[in-house]
Amino acid sequence: MILLETEALTRAYGGVVAVSKVDFQVEAGLITGLIGPNGAGKTTLFNNMTGLDVPSSGKVFFNNKDITGFPAHKICRMGIARTFQNIRLFKELSVVENVMIGRHFKTGKDATHGRFLNALKSYVYLKQEEQEIYEAADNWLDFFDMSQFKNELAKNLPYGRQRELEIARALATDPKLLFLDEPAAGMNPQETDHLMATIRKIRDLGITVVLIEHDMKLVMNICDTITVLNYGMKLAQGTPREIKHNPSVIEAYLGKEEE
Amino acid sequence: MGISEFFQHLMNGLTLGGIYALIALGYTMVYGILKFINFAHGDILMVGAYIGLFVFDGLRGDAPLGTWTFVSFFIAMLVSMVSCGLLGMAIERIAYKPLRKATRLAPLLSAIGVSFILSNSAAWVFGTQSRKLNYPFDNTPISFGGVVITPHQILILVVSVIMMVTLKLFVDRTRMGKAMRATSLDQDTAMLMGINVNKVISMTFAIGSALAAVGGILIALDYKVYPTMGTMTGLKAFVAAVVGGIGNISGAMFGGILLGLLETFGVAVFGIPTGLKDTIAFGVLILILLIKPEGLFGKVEKEKV
Amino acid sequence: MFNFFLLILIYSGIYALMAIGQNVITGYGGMLSLCQAGFFAIGSYATAILATQFGWSFWATLPVAALLSAVFGLLIGLPTLRLKGDYLAIATLGFGEIVRNVLNNWDSLTNGPMGIQKIPMPDLFGFTINPYRKYAFLVMIIIFVIIAYYLFQRLARSRMGRALTAVREDEIAAQSMGINITKYKVYAFVLGAAVAGIAGSLQAVFSLSVTPGTYTFMVSVMVLCMVVLGGMGNFKAAILGAFIIQLISYFPQLTGLSSVIPPQFKQILFGLILVVMMIWRPQGLLGREEHTYGKKHAQKRGSK
Repeated sequence: MILLETEALTRAYGGVVAVSKVDFQVEAGLITGLIGPNGAGKTTLFNNMTGLDVPSSGKVFFNNKDITGFPAHKICRMGIARTFQNIRLFKELSVVENVMIGRHFKTGKDATHGRFLNALKSYVYLKQEEQEIYEAADNWLDFFDMSQFKNELAKNLPYGRQRELEIARALATDPKLLFLDEPAAGMNPQETDHLMATIRKIRDLGITVVLIEHDMKLVMNICDTITVLNYGMKLAQGTPREIKHNPSVIEAYLGKEEE
Repeated sequence: MGISEFFQHLMNGLTLGGIYALIALGYTMVYGILKFINFAHGDILMVGAYIGLFVFDGLRGDAPLGTWTFVSFFIAMLVSMVSCGLLGMAIERIAYKPLRKATRLAPLLSAIGVSFILSNSAAWVFGTQSRKLNYPFDNTPISFGGVVITPHQILILVVSVIMMVTLKLFVDRTRMGKAMRATSLDQDTAMLMGINVNKVISMTFAIGSALAAVGGILIALDYKVYPTMGTMTGLKAFVAAVVGGIGNISGAMFGGILLGLLETFGVAVFGIPTGLKDTIAFGVLILILLIKPEGLFGKVEKEKV
Repeated sequence: MFNFFLLILIYSGIYALMAIGQNVITGYGGMLSLCQAGFFAIGSYATAILATQFGWSFWATLPVAALLSAVFGLLIGLPTLRLKGDYLAIATLGFGEIVRNVLNNWDSLTNGPMGIQKIPMPDLFGFTINPYRKYAFLVMIIIFVIIAYYLFQRLARSRMGRALTAVREDEIAAQSMGINITKYKVYAFVLGAAVAGIAGSLQAVFSLSVTPGTYTFMVSVMVLCMVVLGGMGNFKAAILGAFIIQLISYFPQLTGLSSVIPPQFKQILFGLILVVMMIWRPQGLLGREEHTYGKKHAQKRGSK
């Protein structure tokens, strides 16, 4: 089943076309890799699918619903969460508070029929709501084995942990689909191995994962399917094996061999 | 409205706008480089006007209007420019430099503090009564086919055009100007290219403050000198900078003149009561921020994700 | 002398309410608003006009004052909150000045620069809270401050406070976490305005007269100073800041040195406080309030 799909998605900034007529499909339950040389338009494509940017033309469908141009917070509430290439944590907040913000829209009016207003009325409701949010956040910290850091400020965590915290925060929104923008950037090989295991664990929870990554070992190892972008256009799509042997992909990465 | 009346308002608007433009340049240059609004800029203008006033009165003594009063006026302007330039550099060094890596709010709050210190110190030292800066020349209006122009207006036009052209040439043609443009684009890279960013920033404050001093003196000839004179004028000049696209030097010049014309024609032609003249600037500000927040000539800055 | 100290406490209370409002907007929301004086004025004039021209009781005017300020908070907030922080500062500064301009010029309603006199004293169950006998008034103010503190503290510790902090820290990340950033910014603005309106209403029945000259830009800067001095993002600190700043304001009178100390002394000091705090102690005297989570939880788990 196709969970998310773009239809001829194009994003141009003035005369520069960052993404050009890309048809991108994400199969539910799989790990999809999005690769391509620097400047190929991968992050732009992510931003256009998560509401941080609006396509110049083309459409985005999630669960067969047209979500083109929806604001980011609405898209998140529909079940798409993401991380950022340059980590964007709430630096001055504690680790657990970062994750608790991910639970923001899980309680309150949408989820519990106006409990927020009740919270104003009664101390008990507020406490109960806070307890729920805290426990859910704490569970995600446990998932990443980070409970011991929960009251540290996010900015004081080591780099690899910050990346994991960003994923934990995204997962706290209970997404159906998780976008990871270069999750292994800046990680050493051990950390990357650990990350691969984590991403598989996330998939096993039934969450569909799409990731942008330059670390080919990671991509080839864990992705079920890969889409390659080059100069803003879709170059190829297929299993890691197919992609590895696709001549145009090899050319894009290594350059054309002169005869 | 007859042709001559139109030219009359045009002239009044242009001179008012010229002054706004001079002051707007300081806002725009600082914003271009440090990305924050120097709230104290309007108060530097006030200090400039006081210095100009004192130096001029001291040099002139009891001399009647003539060449000497004219010369001493320019000496006073020069002294005021240099002193304000130094004051601007000192303020930057003390109140803003330590905050370059701080949160976005910090320099803004510090600037509000500096503004308060300057205007209230002036009230303390010079008193709250307003003083008159006398014309250094005979200000009898001259009539050109029905359009009445005062020598003061001619002075404003000549001085502001000279200042703006010099600044434009300086920024576009000199090494220091190039360093300024580079720093405003990317401070870190500029530093890596061997540009002394601290010096560039100091220089920016010096130039902006010197231009504010000129603006202060020119406006004082018509409107008197008092400790809070910089607040409203400063705000309007800021609006001018935003209209032109903050960070853009030509934009600030254009925005200043446009605002001057809007105010003059707003009162004269559209019958906006004089009491609400000051509200025009804010109306323009809100409007431009809603329709084209990057200003007429500004670039859209989008945060990279 | 002692009477004078009571006066300072009363003003501290009135300003503490405004500082609490400013703290929501600036401390939690990270938005630099410079128009608490404007909301303060709207609250004062709402009470003054309704009480003198329509004979309303103070208690009836109070919610109107809060609501009216909140509506103006919404009106100024909606168009400007999409803007970057620096522009917001200027736009709100302009708004504050426009309010004062209008109060000065709308003679038929506000009586222009003369202001409105003879505002009736508040009445509670037949007991008149007479501002000239300061104890009763002080008690009333303290009750207001306690209620405001309690409500805002609770809001800050709920998901709303957390969402607002997230917006302050990183708008892009916040919206990607499902937070409607515009909505929360407007919330903060409206709440901050409403509580300043209540402060204004109290000010009106304390001085029993209102004039536009009371609501200058200086008031907005004073309130800002209170929050910066105490510590942004901390309601206790806002109240402490209000007290210290009021103490400084009345220092010359309090020490009997008003003939020696120039009248600009306090403003210069406020300016210095802003600069010095930003450079040496940007977190303020008390610092941001931090919450520690999971102590109880950890114990429970430990006993398992």
